[in-house]
Amino acid sequence: MKRFFLFLPLLIAVVLGVVLFAGIGKDPTKLESALIGKPVPAFSLKDLNTPETQLNETLFKGKVQLLNVWGTWCPACRDEHDDLMWLAEDEGVSIVGLNYKDNRDDALVWLDRLGNPYSTSIYDPRGTLGFDLGVYGAPETFVIDEQGVVRYRHVGVVNEKVWRETLLPVINDIRENG
Amino acid sequence: MYPELGQLALILSLLLAVLLSVVPLVGSIAGRDNLQGFGRPLATGMFVFVALAFAVLTHAFLTDDFSVAYVANNSNSLLPWYYKFSAVWGGHEGSLLLWILMLAGWTLAVAVFSRRLPSVVVAQVLSVLGMVTVGFMLFTLITSNPFDRLLPNVPADGADLNPLLQDFGLIVHPPMLYMGYVGFAVAFAFAIAALINGRLDAAWARWTRPWTTVAWSFLSLGIALGSWWAYYELGWGGWWFWDPVENASLLPWLSGTALMHSLAVTEKRGVFKSWTVLLAIVTFALSLLGTFLVRSGVLTSVHAFASDPERGVFLLALLAVTVIASLTLYAFRAPVVHVRARYGSLSREIFLLLNNVMLVSATLLVAIGTLYPLVLDYLEMGKLSIGEPFFNITFSPLAVATGLLMGAGIFSRWKKTDGGWLARKLLWPLAISLVATAAVLIGYGGFTPWAFAGIFTAMWVAVATFWDLWEKSASRKGRLHGLKRQSRSYYGMVLGHLGLAIVMAGATVVSNYGIERDVRMVPGDVATVGDYQFVFRDIGERRGANFTAQYGNFDVLQDGEIIASLRPEKRQYSVGMSVMTEADIDAGLFRDIFVAVGERISDDAWAIRLQYKPLVRWLWLGSIFMAVGGFLAIADRRYRVRERSTQKATTGTSVGTAANSAGVVS
Repeated sequence: MKRFFLFLPLLIAVVLGVVLFAGIGKDPTKLESALIGKPVPAFSLKDLNTPETQLNETLFKGKVQLLNVWGTWCPACRDEHDDLMWLAEDEGVSIVGLNYKDNRDDALVWLDRLGNPYSTSIYDPRGTLGFDLGVYGAPETFVIDEQGVVRYRHVGVVNEKVWRETLLPVINDIRENG
Repeated sequence: MYPELGQLALILSLLLAVLLSVVPLVGSIAGRDNLQGFGRPLATGMFVFVALAFAVLTHAFLTDDFSVAYVANNSNSLLPWYYKFSAVWGGHEGSLLLWILMLAGWTLAVAVFSRRLPSVVVAQVLSVLGMVTVGFMLFTLITSNPFDRLLPNVPADGADLNPLLQDFGLIVHPPMLYMGYVGFAVAFAFAIAALINGRLDAAWARWTRPWTTVAWSFLSLGIALGSWWAYYELGWGGWWFWDPVENASLLPWLSGTALMHSLAVTEKRGVFKSWTVLLAIVTFALSLLGTFLVRSGVLTSVHAFASDPERGVFLLALLAVTVIASLTLYAFRAPVVHVRARYGSLSREIFLLLNNVMLVSATLLVAIGTLYPLVLDYLEMGKLSIGEPFFNITFSPLAVATGLLMGAGIFSRWKKTDGGWLARKLLWPLAISLVATAAVLIGYGGFTPWAFAGIFTAMWVAVATFWDLWEKSASRKGRLHGLKRQSRSYYGMVLGHLGLAIVMAGATVVSNYGIERDVRMVPGDVATVGDYQFVFRDIGERRGANFTAQYGNFDVLQDGEIIASLRPEKRQYSVGMSVMTEADIDAGLFRDIFVAVGERISDDAWAIRLQYKPLVRWLWLGSIFMAVGGFLAIADRRYRVRERSTQKATTGTSVGTAANSAGVVS
């Protein structure tokens, strides 16, 4: 009977192992956004490229778009930039940029040097729209449908794999089922 | 051409590792001395080829060979040479290669330094180490090959090393940490060997002790370096964040500390055997778990390591095989102890048992806090993480209790301690600690229960340690002679315990009396923090090797006198476009003054973080004490002397050893 107790560590380890195994591949940063299924919050912000243009939530009406939150202070945004360029140029995806808590001059230099994947860029130096969207870091990417409703939120870098396996299925679903 | 040679060297060393994990073990079970004898040359060969692979990777970094994917991802031609060198382990693949290099190094060390051990034990220990090496080499070669090429499209330049890692702290932190993690593999291998041949005795504990202590010392240094690095490099002035990755290094440290103490009991008194061997297995398993948590990305962390599910699965499989195999062996082979109390209720055995209870509780606590989010997620109860408050509230009482018990335990005797005698012994240290604590609290000007508890515990441990040293060193030939007579392992213990007291004092004081202020400042502004005035003089710009920086000039005044001029920076790295905050610190034994430049708020106003950090250096000073104590303990003569006598014993009874191993087969 006493030997039974010596098996306890093994049992505990196996249970723990199952839990750890289940944790693999799940993205710990994947948080459900409270906004999913709701329209993009109302905002009034300037265009990054042309400060005299005022932008608002009607920007998201009419077609399925991605909303990409970025800043020049964010190293991971640099990582995903080339993939965003590829999405915009080769895949023809319309991406709206949200330049988040950044400086206009730095942001323009960045887009000039690395290329501009954004159909429109919202300039949000104080992070007000970011706050309403519940952004807690950059980069984040939202899928927004024709009615301007948030359908999906991705935290972290977008790359070919994320596009193929996560974002594209969401977009196809919107296109097929509305 | 060179990278392929590196790859070849790694594959060859894998083959040698496979041989090492089979041949000596078979030799030991079959009682064939000639097969056992292969252990040492195989261990040497394995190390040589891993070292060769490591040298090749280093060469690729130093010569900017961006055709190697790993180099292209983690280096840049603009990097100074020393960061090119440390970038070798700046990413996942190179870290693993470093890990393997250290494992092979430890294996070689076992082969070299255990010539006096029975050949059966050496053969089995080397084989177990060989098996662990095989696992990690397969992991590296299959999922994370550092020699993968980017051909034919060789990038013109590399993506640069993460600026956070371009720092002296990073050059030394991972090697120290890995030395610790991997070092516990040796204690693990000794435990497995003992379980295989059924010789869990005092001799086993004595052989394991120095290896455990040295691994623990390296781990202590590694953790302290990590904390120091986080303190000045992350730019926030915190020194411990209860981040999963930090916790991952604390877990094996806590259980390793328990193991060191439990080994002492097993060696001296021959008890707690099953418990000690379990701790040896668990400590190494926790080292592996730490690697898994860091490398698989199942938990979020400030350490933004690349995570990859495939790697996670492989590592978990490795962890599972190691843990399940060793715990199964444990379940069948560990001695079932028939409780015969050979020690009284206040004996040193009991105090060390309580020490183990405390340390294992702390380990469980940190493990629960770290893994709880995963478990909740598994049970689909939502995502959340446990923050600092949970750890602070639960960990601090355990630390205090451990310290209080230790102070009393220092005076206890093996087998039996008289209660009244012990109480009288503790009276003076208690009085001195209370008075000293009151003095410190008055000096810092504020009483809180936690400040009292923490400082009192630190005082109590320190006073008890010195009191004991004073009593033990009493000698008719004078104090100096008495001090000289104490063994190195005793001084090791003294330093280790003092180190803990120092860390506790530092942690308590800086958490309770430190001041942090985030202010908005325009050049010319003055801000006051505690007794210090910070004058923001102006903002300037400079160019570094691979970055441009804006810096603020600050003068720090105390009583109208300038005591320091600080120059915190905000660096913009040219390659990755990332921005780094470089705090400037006026460091001192009793306080640090810390200035960091934050965001630019408007044209001329900046967010500035000013901090007064009393005794923060003591955290790392205490850790150095602990590590030096550990190194001193293993330099003790008795290990060498006794090993020599063991050798005599084994050469005299080689027939007995053969009979013993024959017994294992039957």
